Amino acid sequence: MLYIHCPYCEEHRSEEEFHYKGQAHIARPDDPDNCTDVEWADFIYRRDNPRGEHKEQWYHTVGCRKFFNAIRDTQSYEIKTTYKVGEQPDMAAGIVTGQQGSNAS
Amino acid sequence: MSQTNLRISGGRIRRDRPIAFTFNGHRYAGYEGDTLASALLANGVDVVGRSFKYSRPRGVMGMGAEESNAIVQLGATDATEVPNVRATQQALYDGLVARSTNGWPNVNFDLMGLVGALAHRLMPPGFYYKTFMRPAFLWQSYETLIRKAAGMGSSPVAPDVDRYDHMNHSVDVVIVGAGPAGLAAALAAGKTGATVILVDEQEEVGGQLLHRQAKIDGMLGADWVEQALSILLSLPNVTVMARTTATGYHDHNFITLHERVSDHLADQAPEQSVRQRMHRVRAQSVLLATGAIERPLVLANNDVPGCMLASAVSAYIKRYAVMPGKDLVLMTAQDDGYRAAIDWHDAGHKVVAIIDARVTAGDDCTQAARSRGIAIFPQSGVIEVIGTTRVKAVKVAALSPNGEQVVGNPQTLICDTLAMSGGWSPAIHLSCHTGAKPEWREDIAAFVPGLTVQKQWLAGSVKGDFRLADCLSAGSEAGTATAAFCGFTSADAVAHQWQVDDWDDGPAMAYFHVPHTKATSRAPKQFVDFQTDVTAAGIEMATREGYESIEHVKRYTAMGFGTDQGKTGNINGMAITARALGKTIPETGTTIFRPNYTPVTFGAVVGRHSGQLFDPERYTALHRWHLAREAVFEDVGLWKRPRYFPLAGETMDEAVARECLATRNGVGILDASTLGKIDIQGNDAREFLGRVYTNAWAKLAVGKCRYGLMCGEDGMVFDDGVTACLADNHFAMTTTTGGAARVLEWLEHYHQTEWPDMEVYFTSVTDHWATITLSGPQSRALLAEVSDGIDLSGDAFKYLDWRQGSVAGVPARVFRISFTGELSFEINVQAHYAMHVWEAIFALGDRFGLTPYGTESMHVLRAEKGFIITGQDTDGSVTPFDLGMGWCVSDAKPFSYIGKRGMARQDCIRTDRKQLVGLLTVDPNQVLQEGAQAVDDPEQTIPMTQLGHVTSSYFSHCLQRSIAMGFIRNGHARMGDIVYYPNLDGTATAAEICSPVFLDPEGARQHV
Amino acid sequence: MSDRQERDQTRVWMQQLPSGDVRVESPLYHADLPSMMAINDDAGADTAGGVALAELPLQAHLVIRGRAEAPGFQESLTQALGLQVPTRLSSVSDGSQTLRWIGPDEWLLTAPASQAFDIETKLRAALPGHVAVVDVSGGNTILLLSGLHARSVLKKSTSYDVSDRNFPLGKVVTTTMGKSQAVIRRVDELGWELIIRRSFADYLWLWLQDASAEYGLSVHE
Ligand SMILES: [Zn+2]
Repeated sequence: MLYIHCPYCEEHRSEEEFHYKGQAHIARPDDPDNCTDVEWADFIYRRDNPRGEHKEQWYHTVGCRKFFNAIRDTQSYEIKTTYKVGEQPDMAAGIVTGQQGSNAS
Repeated sequence: MSQTNLRISGGRIRRDRPIAFTFNGHRYAGYEGDTLASALLANGVDVVGRSFKYSRPRGVMGMGAEESNAIVQLGATDATEVPNVRATQQALYDGLVARSTNGWPNVNFDLMGLVGALAHRLMPPGFYYKTFMRPAFLWQSYETLIRKAAGMGSSPVAPDVDRYDHMNHSVDVVIVGAGPAGLAAALAAGKTGATVILVDEQEEVGGQLLHRQAKIDGMLGADWVEQALSILLSLPNVTVMARTTATGYHDHNFITLHERVSDHLADQAPEQSVRQRMHRVRAQSVLLATGAIERPLVLANNDVPGCMLASAVSAYIKRYAVMPGKDLVLMTAQDDGYRAAIDWHDAGHKVVAIIDARVTAGDDCTQAARSRGIAIFPQSGVIEVIGTTRVKAVKVAALSPNGEQVVGNPQTLICDTLAMSGGWSPAIHLSCHTGAKPEWREDIAAFVPGLTVQKQWLAGSVKGDFRLADCLSAGSEAGTATAAFCGFTSADAVAHQWQVDDWDDGPAMAYFHVPHTKATSRAPKQFVDFQTDVTAAGIEMATREGYESIEHVKRYTAMGFGTDQGKTGNINGMAITARALGKTIPETGTTIFRPNYTPVTFGAVVGRHSGQLFDPERYTALHRWHLAREAVFEDVGLWKRPRYFPLAGETMDEAVARECLATRNGVGILDASTLGKIDIQGNDAREFLGRVYTNAWAKLAVGKCRYGLMCGEDGMVFDDGVTACLADNHFAMTTTTGGAARVLEWLEHYHQTEWPDMEVYFTSVTDHWATITLSGPQSRALLAEVSDGIDLSGDAFKYLDWRQGSVAGVPARVFRISFTGELSFEINVQAHYAMHVWEAIFALGDRFGLTPYGTESMHVLRAEKGFIITGQDTDGSVTPFDLGMGWCVSDAKPFSYIGKRGMARQDCIRTDRKQLVGLLTVDPNQVLQEGAQAVDDPEQTIPMTQLGHVTSSYFSHCLQRSIAMGFIRNGHARMGDIVYYPNLDGTATAAEICSPVFLDPEGARQHV
Repeated sequence: MSDRQERDQTRVWMQQLPSGDVRVESPLYHADLPSMMAINDDAGADTAGGVALAELPLQAHLVIRGRAEAPGFQESLTQALGLQVPTRLSSVSDGSQTLRWIGPDEWLLTAPASQAFDIETKLRAALPGHVAVVDVSGGNTILLLSGLHARSVLKKSTSYDVSDRNFPLGKVVTTTMGKSQAVIRRVDELGWELIIRRSFADYLWLWLQDASAEYGLSVHE
């Protein structure tokens, strides 16, 4: 069960408080009526499926009811950072919830 | 049999507390502090089960989680039984009842020559693999035979009477394993003030220290444990939990701990107490001090009762004061094994010989054995065990220096116990759960945990540091490090330097398989995996058949597929596979362990989420009334809604007929409180509605309501409802009962991520407002009797108006909207007053024939009017136009609202899409099946060309005939056509395509 | 017309409480908690040893929405209620009214039952800009959970960390509760307040009874 940092509550919360909302930064086209069918299908259906870092959207359903973004590694499930809607990720200052490979000591 | 003969002095059992228990129908005696396994050994019970495939007698082999023979069905009654319990991990309690999991018809009846031979013919190695390749029906007959012959534990047949629960924790450090490393770590972390949970799967903490001779700081191991424990218990930030197994290590340092809270107390457990508890722990750091598991050696007949792990032999002698036999032979490949022989000798029994595969052993252990006069056979092996229900002797022979060939003539040594010490396999299971790939370490011939993404530390044997002094110092260091990682340090952070008085163990030999004078395929069975009866010969056969990956070999042979997950067998199996393939062990692959470490009861998994707490049941404020009226309920989402209100002796059809007719002819009343309700406020509320509904909202006046459809971006309908304009910038939206949460989340999603600058707020008021619907020609007259402040006349309060006033003295918003096609009023009051209002209406209702109706009648009444139910008449693949609801779509809105572009796709404007139509069966008494598929020609060959399915179908008592709605390809252009619905009996039901509005198409009934 | 006046005409709210003699039923009315209090009295139950539960029914519950950083918003809210505006995950209470942070633009106010309409009216007059006030009194109830084992009951019910160091007095968290949810506030050393939704009240009442069974549950006013 993931432990997710909500950038609004500024706390880690259990995954069961959240809904996963798919890939982040999929903007609704400004002029839908002049999109081709293919462009519209891309907007609705086509998503990346990376092995590695994935920008995705989450909703703090049972919590502050805010949507936010996360960068999650689809292999390790490590969440590199989370950030508010409208913000760009700051990887340097990001909240790192997983850990680089370690068997410390 | 009496246990006293085999009991010796010492140990940790409570001799002042004798206990009676029953195993396989026989009564025995033991002591508090015993495990079921130690008590069985003390009573001289050699055979505790039969093997899975060959039905061979099996005895206790280990002393903990690694046990693969002594697996029992625990419990005296159908309601309290637990299958697959390891006798080595079950504390003895008074009145304990257990029986062998494997053993048919009973464990002492020797079926070797019969079932074993039969099973061998039926189930060669590769049985599972080959069986799964065959038709499924064959598997069923095999499976019956396997279960009967061997057994896999049986599911309890009665409901579990015990309580189980879950408990959540958030701590700094979880330490798994309370052996020397874990205890040292807990002491170090605990004194920093970090919150620490220390768990151990055994009945008490201490691990090997409870039976080892070594001294720490001048104290015997057991005394040191007692001192460490008393320090830990005095620290408020440290929780020590024995009889608690860390069963799974999950993402983001989430670890599950399975505590057997009162399994050891059974009937004596306090009332209301929990039997088992699953602790769900979020840890900042996890320290694995899980130790290592001793490997048996693969040698002929190594499964005969009396063959045991060397460490288990020591534990039974020192900890449980039980001699597992009289005369011992030890077969070892490492110095550590010698400890069992020394303990055996020091307990006053005879050690026949130590058989060591190595050319030379370490000085300390050699010295200890020699000084006691114990014979050592270097560079030798026990090549075969003689005996069936108990070891009678072993055959010993000199080996080549690499241990792979027998080079001397075998000699026979008489003994009743064979202790085996093949080496230690670090307990890397939890590390594997994190996705870490084990790494092979040639120097210790073992897998150690690989790199992980978790915040995980390791200490002690799990890392391959087997020496006691190393375990202690590594524990201290790791404990300090985990706490420091969490931000806790201690002033006296300098790790304690433990003074350890122990042998200096020399190097072990990487040794797994003792050869026989015959080839492996012809030698007596040399077991690798005791639980699934996998032998060395079986593995070699797998490699001969071409399986080169260990993962394939495992599936071919079923190695590691038992409930022990191959704790003792996997490494031996890999070594044999590697040798057969001419590869190294790491080249052969690795085996990954998955949760759970040991079997977990379903009770612990489920916790308290069972029975009436399985899922929340949501009730309206009127639920008590519905119960008193003996409503029959239906689940709608989590809600319990009255489906119908039967009078005495009524069937559902009769009740629904009565409710529908009463509503059409008089007045019906419905609890509609479950409808989703969303308060929408803000300067941009109206514009927002225009974007999320398909129709126009710009001109909806204050005091008016409007029906709307919601589509996804794909243009497909997903919810609908009526929204009222309360004030210019203030709206009350309703959604379907099941769609409420989804719609609110959807609105928030668009607002927060697409249009954050729009000034609008959404608030759920579903629970706040109770909704009472009066419907029928008499509804106005009835409402007039109970309401104040609202002019109910048709001119003043029109269809699709809403008004504020009071009903039964309670302030209310009344909406004149209708889902039945009748004159209807939806009364909304604060839910705390709903029962008062409902009962006040009933107090006046008799005169009007007021009749409560449920969701079933609601469905019929709305179907008579052709009103859709999203989710029943829609399935995510239909546009408003498919539904014939183009009137609810606006193309005049400037903003390209959600669904507009989707609806305009090429595929959505095809003329031959499936379209919702009404269906009237030619025989008015025949009711179509919902889901039935229409065809044009029922005589066509199968598979027929299907036109679409029936979505709603009822017998309408108001119309005295059956009515239905359904999809028909190009149906809107086919009014009057006859289609057919083939039935299972070969007949077909004919129906005419028509408008779905069956009643009052002009709407005269609601516009009054 | 000022923005504020304009907005006042574009929202609608109403006195929702009846003036006459009307029976009112809290979400746990059917559970007949008073009869359970009688059992406590008979048994002389020692509440300190176990878990004590009380319903604080029929309070005014108002959702307040607005932008915390908007000019004048916090000042107006404070002036109207006489309460500071709580920051992230916290609450402010004067004993009668309690204001809880729910989200960055959302607060939940509770107050004595009769005050809902007056407070709503006052807030609508006072708050500037893009705001919303919604009466949700009928949709909620308040449970007070206390006693030495109250924390254990919470630990069985939510994965949120309810330890002292993470959950000090006054903190407010919306989180899961069994398979439902609650707004949890720490009210004193051994006491916790749960705001739960009406339709889930019976489920949570059963849940809490079951979770506290091993510690002993007593019901109080
Ligand atoms: Zn949040």
